[in-house]
Amino acid sequence: MAADSLSVSPADLRAHAIGEVSSRLPSLWDLAALLLVLGVVVLLGSGARQMTAPLELRTAPEISLAPAALPMYAVRTTLRMLAAMIASLIFTFVYATAAAKSRRLEIVLIPVLDVLQSVPILGYLSFTVVFFVSLFPGNALGPELAAIFAIFTSQAWNMAFSFYQSLRTVPTDLEQAAASFRLTAWQRFWTLEVPFAMPGLVWNMMMSMSGGWFFVVASEAIAVGKLQIALPGVGSYVALAIQNRDLAAVGWAILAMTITILLYDQLMFRPIVAWSDKFRAELTPSPIVPTSWVLELFRRSSLMRIVGHPLRAILRLALRSRLRPPRQAAARREPLISGRAVDYGWYAIVAATALWTSTAMIRMVAPHLSWAEVGRVLFCGIITFTRVMVLIILASLVWVPIGVLVGLRPRLTQLIQPLAQFLAAFPANLLFPIAVFMIVRYRLSTNIWLSPLMILGTQWYILFNVIAGASAFPGDFREATLSFHIRGWRWWREVMLPAIFPYYITGAITASGGAWNASVVAEAVSWGKTDLTATGLGAYIERMTNAGDFPRLALGIATMSLMVILTNRLIWRPLYTIAEERTRLG
Amino acid sequence: MNEAQASQASRSPRTAPAPIIELSAVCKAYAKPSGEPLPVLIDINLTINEGEIVGLLGRSGCGKSTLLRTIGGLISPTSGSVLYRGQPLLGPPAGIAIVFQSFALFPWLTVLENVEIALDALALKRDEVRRKALAAIDLIGLDGFQSAYPREISGGMRQRVGFARALAIEPALMLMDEPFSALDVLTAETLRTDLVEMWREGRLPLKSILLVTHNIEEAVLMCDRAVILSSNPGRIAAEIAIPLPHPRDRQDPRFRELVDEIYGVLTQRRIEVTPTAGSSIAQLLPRASAIAMVGLIEAVAAPPFNNRADLAELARSLNFEIDDLFPLADGLHLLQFAELTEGELTLTADGARLAQMSTDERKALFAQHLVRCVPLAAHVVEVLNRREEHRAPRRRFQLELEDHLSPEHADGVLRTVINWGRYAELFTYDTRTHTFEAFQPLTGNGEPDVESARGSP
Repeated sequence: MAADSLSVSPADLRAHAIGEVSSRLPSLWDLAALLLVLGVVVLLGSGARQMTAPLELRTAPEISLAPAALPMYAVRTTLRMLAAMIASLIFTFVYATAAAKSRRLEIVLIPVLDVLQSVPILGYLSFTVVFFVSLFPGNALGPELAAIFAIFTSQAWNMAFSFYQSLRTVPTDLEQAAASFRLTAWQRFWTLEVPFAMPGLVWNMMMSMSGGWFFVVASEAIAVGKLQIALPGVGSYVALAIQNRDLAAVGWAILAMTITILLYDQLMFRPIVAWSDKFRAELTPSPIVPTSWVLELFRRSSLMRIVGHPLRAILRLALRSRLRPPRQAAARREPLISGRAVDYGWYAIVAATALWTSTAMIRMVAPHLSWAEVGRVLFCGIITFTRVMVLIILASLVWVPIGVLVGLRPRLTQLIQPLAQFLAAFPANLLFPIAVFMIVRYRLSTNIWLSPLMILGTQWYILFNVIAGASAFPGDFREATLSFHIRGWRWWREVMLPAIFPYYITGAITASGGAWNASVVAEAVSWGKTDLTATGLGAYIERMTNAGDFPRLALGIATMSLMVILTNRLIWRPLYTIAEERTRLG
Repeated sequence: MNEAQASQASRSPRTAPAPIIELSAVCKAYAKPSGEPLPVLIDINLTINEGEIVGLLGRSGCGKSTLLRTIGGLISPTSGSVLYRGQPLLGPPAGIAIVFQSFALFPWLTVLENVEIALDALALKRDEVRRKALAAIDLIGLDGFQSAYPREISGGMRQRVGFARALAIEPALMLMDEPFSALDVLTAETLRTDLVEMWREGRLPLKSILLVTHNIEEAVLMCDRAVILSSNPGRIAAEIAIPLPHPRDRQDPRFRELVDEIYGVLTQRRIEVTPTAGSSIAQLLPRASAIAMVGLIEAVAAPPFNNRADLAELARSLNFEIDDLFPLADGLHLLQFAELTEGELTLTADGARLAQMSTDERKALFAQHLVRCVPLAAHVVEVLNRREEHRAPRRRFQLELEDHLSPEHADGVLRTVINWGRYAELFTYDTRTHTFEAFQPLTGNGEPDVESARGSP
């Protein structure tokens, strides 16, 4: 949420938004990756189906609606977020490093990551819940892990992308300096590669966190078939409030969440951002140095210095020690013919695995499905797609002009930007009950009035990216437009809109991805015993989750993943490429 | 090897110097996409002894950086042998340190930490690392800046950190890759003289220096011996001893003589390498912009040169380095606006005429020469004329060129031809659609002009 004070390269934006833009890899790998990921999801699901029957939670913890219970719930929720963030970091270091260092792994890992980014998280939540519950039967650890895993999947992919891209763009001279001083791979990783990747990684961590609140709320209370899970946390609190039609409790939850997010920002992210400023790779002093009172406190207090000093020394010893004798860099030779043979062997293994999982998937799912069902799902998909696109356009019409007007006024930007970032982080699903209450009260059409919920939380990405774009508009350009009397519609069409285009696209991509994910909870909502559903793929997935119908659920997830991938490839990536080319000088 | 040693010994008769690095018959080639090898360095034989500063000179792209990295153990040669202290080189040795053109400092480490990182690899005790780092910082005049981050200090100070980092490990050989070219003139000069002074006084904890540069005066100012590489592919064109006493004076006639001699060697090789006009479209074109070439004609036409300029003089008066000057001179030679002979650039009759013309006349004359001297330009015009819509995609020419050239070279040649063609108003190029278009699609002034240009001798 302190993104305004962090300098971010276009690559970081891209990492968050759509991963690799100009894919160097053949699209055949993308297909293999798609088959692999969907195959694993469906197989997990089918496996899970056989396990659901005996599963029961012996001690279902009681959720209390008393406001006094909320602080503890907020702490539990926050701890889940933290656990997921640590898991995401470890995953990032391992996965992205493997992809960046090994050409053979890269051609599989990167397309897989790309597909993973497009799979609706709340769609496969039921599979993973069943899976983790069956790992620790009768224990609360299972659902706990499932919730953490759901948050992890909402955070890890873009962090891994960002780290991978940083690893691939480490400046050659720094790499050669490290090699000529004979640093070991371990030393190089911690003294060169991680620091170089740090600004992008921190920015993506913040974006991940801000997306994560939505999923932690959604994953704490979940019903798969007969399995009812409610983990102590803000999400379960709201779920119970909805069941009991308790609007006051919803209000308390919103308040608790607001305070939690603000504290999280102040106590965790601002210090991290202020600290990570020193990792900026540019050699020019930054215009705005991010500050944090918490970090200042840490740096100044003598107690912290006493505790911190030995800690730093240990860390330094660990990270800079030579774990291995120096690698013989010159031993790297051009690939031999045997290397090519290994390549083909590797391709064959990947192709075979993809083929096997996809046939297994079809054999597993096909008997339960008919072509009519496929047609129905496709129809639902098109409805949801239309909804997402219309909403993005509407939100753009509102927020682009506002964002530009705010961004051009530095003082207003300072006020509005943190607010926009807070709103983007706030889990919109906490606000659903209020909207549903209104719809029920005034008997509004669900197909139309449930739709805005999808974009309720993600529209802010458009706003704050546009603000960022407009405030980065060079002063020279402003003066030039004034001096040449460029005004009115021409000013918008020829100056401002092209200038903010790359930023806008980044925001729109994030908003669209978020809207797809939100559709699973936004197209089907309830208030007490009243269930409201709109026609759409999200509602379909939600219905199949509740019914525990895994083949149909798999079909729904696969369709949504495919649609998200296709929208990214056919709409967003070309737009992003155009944006990047147009705004480049030279 | 024995022969080389013998010749070394005869050159510096004081003592028999111990060789630090010995290269024999070193070749380096990269694989083209087609699998064909693309040679960068050919048959390099070079010995660097203790107690000398060797300058490695050449134009950009002649492979001098590749050679430096081969000596540093960062790149392994395709064939030939590299011996460090008599042992085959496998990876970067402990006794060689590199100073980079871009400084290559880690932005997230302080000055002290940046120096210490070079010592981390030596498995020393903590306080030993600290002591050596501080000694190097002190020696190079960075006292008081230990805790600064690189972004807080000036370019000259940054490169001093680069030197301190290299010196901290007390290397036998320090490799310097154009260490002064990213600095402003004054800062660079201060750093050069400081370095030479410390070297002369024996205060530098190292045995020898290899300086890669494209600045001829810098080499003559600092080095005991200059090794000159020719381009495409790189091979050793000449070795010139520089026996001047220190401190050296740029105005000294013997200094000037040596600079001229090196210019002579470099241009001589250029003329041989640049293929003469009229052969085929697959001709390497220098990366020179038309406007800058016309500017150079004006400079040569004006006093004090009056149509004939000594390259060393010209470079000095324009404050150009050889990488700025040579592409332009090559271009003028190729377009027959000037003659490039050993160390001299003489305008032809048309060149002298062009200097006096108005902009439109210049463009017309430039177009004539372009079509006559650059077969690719004539070919583009012909293709555009033949086509009904007067348009042709870039790919068409790119593929044609790639029959003979590497993709990078083909790309470079096309860039140059686009720049020259645009200036001459022979054709235009749309960057968004990657297509060539006739300058005036309808038969207006463009075509008859081109026809007459082709007809004229």
